[in-house]
Amino acid sequence: MRRILYLLPVLIFLVVAGFFFKGLFMDPSEVPSPLISQPAPDFDLPPLNPEKPGFRTADMQGRVTLVNFFASWCIPCRVEHPLFMELAAQHADEVQLVGISYKDKPEDSLSWLSRLGDPYARIGHDETTRVAIDWGVYGVPETYLVDPQGIIRYKHVGPIDRHTMDNTILPMIRDLSKPVS
Amino acid sequence: MALRIPLVLALMLAFAAPAAAVQPDEFLPDPVQEQRARDIGRNLRCLVCQNESIDDSDAPLARDLRLLVRERIQQGESNQEVIDFVVARYGEYVLLKPPFKASTYVLWFAPPFFFFIALLAAFLYYRRSRAEEALPEAQPQPLTDAERRRLAALLDNDKAP
Repeated sequence: MRRILYLLPVLIFLVVAGFFFKGLFMDPSEVPSPLISQPAPDFDLPPLNPEKPGFRTADMQGRVTLVNFFASWCIPCRVEHPLFMELAAQHADEVQLVGISYKDKPEDSLSWLSRLGDPYARIGHDETTRVAIDWGVYGVPETYLVDPQGIIRYKHVGPIDRHTMDNTILPMIRDLSKPVS
Repeated sequence: MALRIPLVLALMLAFAAPAAAVQPDEFLPDPVQEQRARDIGRNLRCLVCQNESIDDSDAPLARDLRLLVRERIQQGESNQEVIDFVVARYGEYVLLKPPFKASTYVLWFAPPFFFFIALLAAFLYYRRSRAEEALPEAQPQPLTDAERRRLAALLDNDKAP
């Protein structure tokens, strides 16, 4: 009995140290979203580009949609941008890529897109950031995958890299486009 | 009299509210509603800076959330309804004071639990040391005859050379 009592502090230390060790490999800036598996919020955004449609909730019905919040002042958005160009060129039949410009002047977003290329099928302009708050956005870039029923399936905070695109997003897009049996 | 000045200053500092990042143009005209907005904002975490409340943070998102809180108050929502609205979007993580429920019991009960363990350990240690003092063994025992002879031999040895 005495022996076990002497071991107790060591055991407590090991448990606490175990949690701390796990914490070393977690990203504290990533906040779990309560919106996963929930229907996408209800909104209707005006178009950023007068030549392209705006974006509202009903536009997500019937097909897989990747919603990307971006801004011209956002440096990480520039990093992930080529992957979206690639996605639009190669997988436009599987996924509808939609942009929402966040906290940006429309002319700045437009000139950013005209310089780097515009991969989006639709672009909504979120002047007041109210729609972004409804999506739980707390920084750009943020990207959401929505299934054909309009349910949010996945959220990515920060720039998407090739690994995430190839190993998480593309397989999920394929999975979600399968007809529900 | 002069001694009272530092005391008054200390009291003033003790009760001074920390400077908030809330901007004058955000204030609600109704001071009661504004106070409610402060009560809510003080307990909502700014997701950009994470350890500041939205009232303390200068981040643009914090300002957006402060305006949102005020807008919903003006629409006649209760404090709890406003908080629920934000939690529905950003999760319970935005609450600076975690809710009391099954998944947070460990969080709430661990500190009193460890305090109780420490009290128990201190009590047991104290009781044992008292018991040891009371024991006759605690007093030095007189030397036995064999020990006395050995001691004498050792002392003699020292003197010999």
